[in-house]
Amino acid sequence: MKNFRLTPETSAHLALAVLLIAVLPLTLDSFWLANMGKYLAFAFVAVGVVLMWGYCGILSLGQGIFFGIGGYAMAMFLKLEASAPELPDFMVWSSVEVLPLWWEPAKSFTATIAAILILPVLIAFPFSYAIFKKRVSGVYFAIVTISLALTMTVLIVGQQGDTGGANGITDFRTLLGLNVISEASRTTIYFVEVALLLIITTLAAVLLHTRFGKILIAVRDREDRVRFSGYNTAMIKAFVFTVAAVLSSIGGALFTLQVGLVSPTLIGSVASVEMVIYAAMGGRLSVTGAVMGALIVGLMKSYLSEQFPQTWLFFLGAMFIIVVAFMPNGLAGAVQSVFRSRSSGKERA
Amino acid sequence: MSFEIFVMQVFNGLSLFTILVLMALGLGIVFGLMGVINMAHGELMTLGAYATYLTSQFFAMHLPALMDYYLIVAIVVAFCVTYVFGYALERGFVRWFYKRPLDTLLATWGLSLILQQAYRTIFGAQEVSLPLTSWLTGAWEPVEGIQLPLNRIFIIGLTILVAIGVYLLLYKTRAGLRSRAVTQNRAMSSAVGINTDRVDATTFALGAGLAGIAGAVFTMIGSTNPGTGQLYVIDSFIVVVFGGVASLFGTVASGFLIAQSQTTLEYLMSGSMAKVSILLMVILVLYFRPSGLFSSKVRS
Repeated sequence: MKNFRLTPETSAHLALAVLLIAVLPLTLDSFWLANMGKYLAFAFVAVGVVLMWGYCGILSLGQGIFFGIGGYAMAMFLKLEASAPELPDFMVWSSVEVLPLWWEPAKSFTATIAAILILPVLIAFPFSYAIFKKRVSGVYFAIVTISLALTMTVLIVGQQGDTGGANGITDFRTLLGLNVISEASRTTIYFVEVALLLIITTLAAVLLHTRFGKILIAVRDREDRVRFSGYNTAMIKAFVFTVAAVLSSIGGALFTLQVGLVSPTLIGSVASVEMVIYAAMGGRLSVTGAVMGALIVGLMKSYLSEQFPQTWLFFLGAMFIIVVAFMPNGLAGAVQSVFRSRSSGKERA
Repeated sequence: MSFEIFVMQVFNGLSLFTILVLMALGLGIVFGLMGVINMAHGELMTLGAYATYLTSQFFAMHLPALMDYYLIVAIVVAFCVTYVFGYALERGFVRWFYKRPLDTLLATWGLSLILQQAYRTIFGAQEVSLPLTSWLTGAWEPVEGIQLPLNRIFIIGLTILVAIGVYLLLYKTRAGLRSRAVTQNRAMSSAVGINTDRVDATTFALGAGLAGIAGAVFTMIGSTNPGTGQLYVIDSFIVVVFGGVASLFGTVASGFLIAQSQTTLEYLMSGSMAKVSILLMVILVLYFRPSGLFSSKVRS
């Protein structure tokens, strides 16, 4: 480790690690810790959005699709384990008598994990490569993705018997024999989640410091010049989109584990747009900021919807507008500019 | 499918078509001109629907004798209210985001949440529905076995009228000429003395007004609640993108195509599967023609 310096970025990562590993578990009761776990599930999505939107300029309003793939894959496994050897309760209600073929993989935990990690790749990569190859970008891409998110919810709601319909899938008991409802196991899930999240944020930060990270920024700012320099920009963009998709899927799986529920409204078009706001709030150029953004927006949503059940959408809408209009780099950008002005003041003195 | 059912099915598709076209015309003009994606467009439609509702309430209270004709007044009121609101919205809000199209999308989404909540606070969360005027109840039976509801005929006529009006406005007036000039080349238009700020504001307001008419039309085929607009906004975007931005004919044709396939497929399979097939079909077509089915050749 030559020339190790504590840059503001590394200190932000360390502070985040301390906050998630020590401060929150020591100060919060298990109910609130579980809530934090719920918000952190969205942090995975937000980190993906930072890579994809902040650094590569791709705005996807369909992250809910992949959040849903992870969430539903996990839910299907938990549901089969909870209801075995019978069929899941909602299938019985809709008089489905045989387990649908596409539920078969959910019997195996390995297959479920594989589905969470590989299915998003199989869907996101070919789809986005084809689209980017055609040079569809910007708002068009945003509209295509949001309509796909809409399609997915319509499909899930419509196939009540196979998917649980609008109610989603809930009522889980165990994961590989481990009770998932008890407070102790929720705390365990929280720590697993934090460990995964810290690994991913570190990897994301390292990625952004490589040559590849620089190319991402170049694609965002002047895609045509990068293309003229001989890079396959469609491939670069599809890669980033796929990474973001896998992160969303992991987030979705952890959400299902933590909350014990997955439903179409959690992954639909409205939810997908909200996922982008998590990153925008924290700072679209900051990986740690995105995690904080997910925590803060999550907390504010819970607080506001409890305090002002009638009017809290006013606040949520205003938050959208304020962040976009006045804080284009989010909270992290605001913090950075404070630090920068202070350090430049020191230099002058 | 017998012939009678087929005709009535096509006719039912036409009423979805009217809403989609009225919404998409406004969206398309605004998007073509300013590159702005207005996610709050659906809420402008809801505003038009509530304006229609309030007009009918006013007539019921103060002019019960003229209750039969409230609809005509209401359509004008709905247009004017949303036009003024759209004008204010452009001047006070949207124009600050022109340089950042993706951010506009998110900011107007925030706006749509606020508007929905405002409707909920003012009008309540439950649906409001309107009395059908007497001269629009009943059906026209051109042939034995085919019944075409009068109110649908009315809204189809209205939509055709509005579409022709928009065409004349854009292609036969000075204001329309200015608007098209700015769409094609903003910098050059500004250089030859067109006040682009004013063109932006009036065009945005016109788009809003069209959404208002869509709202007035909507009250005739469904009940309004604060979330009504959100159901239509994504569909309208799909119509715009599918037809090709800045192509009036494309918007109308793609609205027709999407609405007809939707209702026809709904007849053949479940509603959700119909919707899914339409969306996938649109995405597939966009893959082969990224700038829409009927895109005009404009240099960008």
